[in-house]
Amino acid sequence: MFRSNVLVCGGTGCTSSHSDKIADKLEEEIKANGLEFEVNVIRTGCFGLCELGPIVVVYPEGSFYSRVTVEDIPELVSEHLLKGRILKRLLFQETLAEDTIKSLAETDFYKKQKRIALHNCGVINPEVIEEYIAMDGYQALGKVLTEMTPEQVIQVIKDSGLRGRGGGGFPTGVKWELAAKPQSDQKYVCCNADEGDPGAFMDRSLLEGDPHSILEAMAIAGYAIGASQGYIYVRAEYPIAVKRLEIAIKQAREYGLLGENIFDTGFNFDIDLRLGAGAFVCGEETALLTSIEGKRGEPHPRPPFPAIKGLFGKPTILNNVETYANITQIILNGADWFKSMGTEKSKGTKVFALGGKIKHTGLVEVPMGTTLREIVEEIGGGIPNGKKFKAAQTGGPSGGCISYENFDIPIDYNNLIDIGSMMGSGGLIVMDETSCMVDIAKFFLEFTVDESCGKCTPCRVGTKRLLEILTKITEGKATMEDLDKLESLCYYIKENSLCGLGQTAPNPVLSTLKCFKDEYLAHIVDKKCPAGVCKSLLSYVIDPAKCKGCSLCSRVCPVSAISGEIKKPFVIDQSKCIKCGTCMDKCKFNAIEKK
Amino acid sequence: MNDMEKVNIKINGMELSVPAGVTILEAARMANIEIPTLCYMKEKNEIGACRMCVVEVIGARALVAACVYPVFEGMQVFTNTEKVRKSRKTTLQLLLSNHDKKCLSCTRSGNCELQKLCNDYGVDDENYFDGEQPKYELDLSTPHLVRDNNKCILCRRCVAACKEQFVAVIGTNNRGFDSSIGCAFEKDLNDVPCISCGQCIVNCPTGALREKDQCDEVLAAIADPEKFVIVQTAPSIKATLGECFGMPIGTNVEGKMVAALKRLNFDKVFNTDFSADLTIVEEANELVERVQNGGVLPMITSCSPGWVKFCEFYYPELIPHLSSCKSPQQMAGAIFKTWYAQKNNIDPKNIVSVSIMPCTAKKFEIGRDDQSAAGLPDVDIVLTTRELARLIKRAGLDFVNLPDEDFDPTLGLGTGAGTIFGATGGVMEAALRTAVDTLTGEDVKEVVYNEVRGTDGIKEAVYKGVGGLDVKVAVASGLSNAKVLMDKIKDGTADYQFIEIMCCPGGCVNGGGQPIQPASVRSFTDLKALRAKALYDQDAAKELRKSHQSPIMERLYKEFLGKPGSEKAHHILHTSYVKREK
Repeated sequence: MFRSNVLVCGGTGCTSSHSDKIADKLEEEIKANGLEFEVNVIRTGCFGLCELGPIVVVYPEGSFYSRVTVEDIPELVSEHLLKGRILKRLLFQETLAEDTIKSLAETDFYKKQKRIALHNCGVINPEVIEEYIAMDGYQALGKVLTEMTPEQVIQVIKDSGLRGRGGGGFPTGVKWELAAKPQSDQKYVCCNADEGDPGAFMDRSLLEGDPHSILEAMAIAGYAIGASQGYIYVRAEYPIAVKRLEIAIKQAREYGLLGENIFDTGFNFDIDLRLGAGAFVCGEETALLTSIEGKRGEPHPRPPFPAIKGLFGKPTILNNVETYANITQIILNGADWFKSMGTEKSKGTKVFALGGKIKHTGLVEVPMGTTLREIVEEIGGGIPNGKKFKAAQTGGPSGGCISYENFDIPIDYNNLIDIGSMMGSGGLIVMDETSCMVDIAKFFLEFTVDESCGKCTPCRVGTKRLLEILTKITEGKATMEDLDKLESLCYYIKENSLCGLGQTAPNPVLSTLKCFKDEYLAHIVDKKCPAGVCKSLLSYVIDPAKCKGCSLCSRVCPVSAISGEIKKPFVIDQSKCIKCGTCMDKCKFNAIEKK
Repeated sequence: MNDMEKVNIKINGMELSVPAGVTILEAARMANIEIPTLCYMKEKNEIGACRMCVVEVIGARALVAACVYPVFEGMQVFTNTEKVRKSRKTTLQLLLSNHDKKCLSCTRSGNCELQKLCNDYGVDDENYFDGEQPKYELDLSTPHLVRDNNKCILCRRCVAACKEQFVAVIGTNNRGFDSSIGCAFEKDLNDVPCISCGQCIVNCPTGALREKDQCDEVLAAIADPEKFVIVQTAPSIKATLGECFGMPIGTNVEGKMVAALKRLNFDKVFNTDFSADLTIVEEANELVERVQNGGVLPMITSCSPGWVKFCEFYYPELIPHLSSCKSPQQMAGAIFKTWYAQKNNIDPKNIVSVSIMPCTAKKFEIGRDDQSAAGLPDVDIVLTTRELARLIKRAGLDFVNLPDEDFDPTLGLGTGAGTIFGATGGVMEAALRTAVDTLTGEDVKEVVYNEVRGTDGIKEAVYKGVGGLDVKVAVASGLSNAKVLMDKIKDGTADYQFIEIMCCPGGCVNGGGQPIQPASVRSFTDLKALRAKALYDQDAAKELRKSHQSPIMERLYKEFLGKPGSEKAHHILHTSYVKREK
C-alpha cells in the first residue's frame, strides 16, 4: 500500500508535452527523497482536459495539477509529497477554493459530464491488467459466458438502445442479431479504430486509457454472434494506442481471457491488430474490411451487408471503439440503467472531442440530450477572448454546422440530422465570429477531396469540382450561376456516391449554405468576406490620418509592398500586397485597417 | 440460389416476376429496358463505381446502382425519372471534365461507350464543369499497346480483364482525383510481366487503350514499287471483320475480306489457315516423337504468343512442355520468305510480310528471337482486325457490298482443320483429326470432336483405344484456366499427353485485336460462341477437313522441307523460348 498515488496523464496530448519525462522525473525525485515505498507513480489514460496538460493528479487529496513541466517536479515532490503542502500555483485554478480545494467533480468541466465509456480513463494504468480487473474488468465477460445465452446478450444490448457511436447510429443489438443468424464456419468481430475526422480523438483516448474494455467487449460480441476471431483496425498514427493494445492483448492471453477455452467454458476468442496506413476512407466499413483483407482500402456496394457477407466473405460485425466501450457497463449494470440516460431515441452518453475556438479543448462525455450551449458555455468554458459564438461543427467532414439558433437543441442522433448535421464520431469544433463559413466548408471539402478513394465518379470528380467552385467563391470570382451549380452538385453527390464518404461529403457545404447563405452572397455579390478571412477579398489600407510615417510597416513587409517618405503617411501597393497582416500587427498607431 | 425462386417487382410501374438474386439491371433487361453502364461487366467487374446505372428504388435512402443491387420481393424501381436522367447526365459531365474530349482524332469515335451515352443523354456542354485536368503521358513502351490516361474514365474494366488473365499487372495508382490506372509504382507496361494479350483493350469503353496502329506502315509498303507485299489472314478474322461494318456477330466474310485485301493492292493475299495445317503436321510429329522417345509430356501448344509469354514469365520451369513449333503466323511468314521467294525468284529482302491477326501479342511475337528463317523477320508488320477495318474504310471500299473473291493460289488454301484454329479447342480438334488417322492408319470418317468444342474455360477428354493407345487431352482458354492446368502439371496430377492453350478466353475469336463490342453486348451475348460458330460452319462445309490431307502439305514437304521434323523443317518452322524475369 502506498500513502499517495500520483497519476500522470499518458495520453497522446500530454505525452506530446513530455508527460513521460514528467513521470520519469517524478520517479527519480521520489526515489531521491526515499519515498519510493510510500508514493506510487501511475501513468494513466486521458483526463479530458487536454488544454491544461500535462496533467498530474495526486491522491488521496485529489489535487489536480495542470500545465506541469519537468522543472516543476522537484518542488512538487518536496512540497506536496514530502511536506504535505499542496502546491497551489500549479493547481487547476477552478479547483482552487478559498481555504480548501474543490474536487474535480465539482468543476464546471466535469460537473455535467457522465463518464461511462471513459470511466477508467485517467483512473487506471492501462498497461496493467490487474488494475483493470480491480475495476470489475472482465466481470462482464465472465457473466456473459457463465450466466447468459448469446440470445440473452443480444437482447440486453438491443434493450439498452445502444446505437453505433461511429457516426451512423445504427442499433448495435440489431447489428449483432443480423450477424448471429447466418450459419457459418467462421465469423468475425471487428473494431473500427480508424478514427480519421480532423480534430477527433475519442477513440484514441479510449484505446490509450482503457484498452481492456474494448477487448472484453469484443469477446462478448464474439460470444453473442458465434465468432472466434476479432480484428482491431487501428491507425498506425496512434502509436501509443497500438502499443497499449499490444500489451493488453498479450496480458489478456496470459490470463486466459483471450485464446482458447476462456473461463473454462469452451469459448474460444482471440484478437489481432491490423494497422491502417492513414486513409480516411478506411473508416468506412466495407473499405475497412477490404483493407484488413490486405487489399487496397476501397468501399464496395452494399448489399450484401457485412453482417451477412463481410470480412473474407464471412458474417462480420464492425463496431466503433466507443460503442464497444459501453458494452461491459451495459452487461454489468443492465439495459434499464443505460436506458435511463439520454433521450427517447438516443440512449446513454456520447464522448465529444472539443476543439476550435473554445476555452477547454479536450475530451468530454455527456448524456445524450445535453445542449450545445451546456457543452460550449458550461463544460467548455465558453469562447476565449470575449468573442461571440457563431457555429459548431459536428461530424467532421461528413457533418455540418450548427448555428446559434440551434444552441439549445438537445444533442442526439435524430436532432442533429434534422438540423442538417450528424453525430459523426464526436468531433465538435467551435467557431466564433472570426470564422468565415465559406472558408470552413472549403476546409472540410479539401479534406474529402484529399481522402476520396477515387472509385466512384461523384466523389472522385464531383467533390473536386465542388471544391473548385468554393474556391472561386472565396476568391470573389464566382457568379450566382456558380452558386446554383454548387448546390445542385451537392445534392447530386449525396444521391449518387458509392459510400458514406461521398454521400456525406457535401454536408459541410449544404449546412453552411442553409444557415449562412448571406455569407455566400456577400462573397459572390459584394465580393466581401464578412469575417475577414478570405484573403482575396481583403485589402489592408493605411489610414493617412493615423499614420505617423515611422516606416516600420514598410520594413516588416515581406514583399516590399509599402512605401512612403519618413514622417509622411505611407501607402500599400495593393498589386504587391499578399495580405499577410504583418504590417497591421506591427503598427504601433493602429493606422492599418483590414477592409 | 434456387433458379425457380421468383420475386415480384415493379419496374416503371410494370409488374414483373424475376428470378430471386438477379440485379435490377438484369431484371430491367427482362422488361426490355437497357440501363446504361460504363464500369459494369457481368461477373467480371461488378463494382458499382461509375454510377451511370443509378435508378430510384422506393424506400431507398439515395439512388442505387442497378448493376449490383439485387431485387427483393415487392421492390419498386424507376429507371427513367427526371432525377435519374439528371444524375446520369451530371455523371457524364463530370467524366468529361476530366477527359481530353478529342473525339475527332480518337480511334474509338463512333464506337465509344462514353461518346454514345453523352449523345443519348443530351450532354450539350462538354465543358459544363471546367476545372483542373491532369495531363498524362502516353505509355508507348510496349510493341502492342498505347495507354492514354487522358481518355481514361477509371471504370477499371481493363484491371478486371487483366486480373481475369491472372496477370494483374495494372491497377489503380494514387487516390481520389489523382487516381489513375497503370502499373505499380507507375512503371512502364514494358517493364512489368504484361503478356500483351490486349484483353484490356477490347474491354475498354473509351479510347484510353488501343493497339499500336501500323496502318501507315502497311500503306507505305504497298506504295513502294520495290516491295512485294504479302498479306496473310488468321483463321478467325473472317468471323469477326464484318462487325466493324455493322454486320451481325458471327457473319463469315471471308470472300469480302479477300476482295478488300486485293483492292488494297497487296501483291498476294494468302491464308494463315494453310500454315495452321502446317503447324498441325509438325506438331503431331513432335508429339509422336515425344511419346515414342520418352520426351517431356504433356506437350503444350505454342500457337498463342500471349500464352507463350505467360509461360515464360509465370511458369518458366514448364517451358520444356511447350511445343517447339512456331505459331501459324510465323510459319507462314517463314515459308513466304524462303520457299515462296525461291520459287518466284523474289529477293526475300524485298518481301514485306504482313499479317492480319486477332491478336495484339502477335505484334510482340514478330520481334522475338529465333523467328527469322530467312535471316529476316518472318513477319514484318502485324495488323489487328480493327486496323484492317480502318484500312478498308480509308480506301473507300463499300465492304458490305463487295463480291466474294478467293485467296491467291497455293498458299491461300487451308483445310477445315486450319479454319477452326480460331476457336478454343480448334487446335486440339485439328490435331486429333490428324493423330487419329496417323495412329489408326486409316482415313477416319468422323472428324467432329464435340468434347473439345464449346466455350468452357477448361475441357478434358480421353479417347480410348486409338490405334491401341489411350489419348488424354485437355484444352484451356483464358490464362486463369491455363494456370489451373499448369499447377496440375507442377504437382504431377496432369496425366495428359497433349494440352491446347489459348491465351484469350474463348480463343482467338475473342482476341485482343478483335472488333470491340460494348460491354452491354459482351455481358449479355455469347460473343465467343457466335464468332466460333462461323468457323465451325465453314469447316463443316469444306471437303478438306484434315490438315495432313491438304495438297499444299504434300507439295511443301516434297519440294522443300523433306519430312515433318526434318532438320530443314526445324530450321524454318521451329523456335525456342526464354525464361523471363518477372
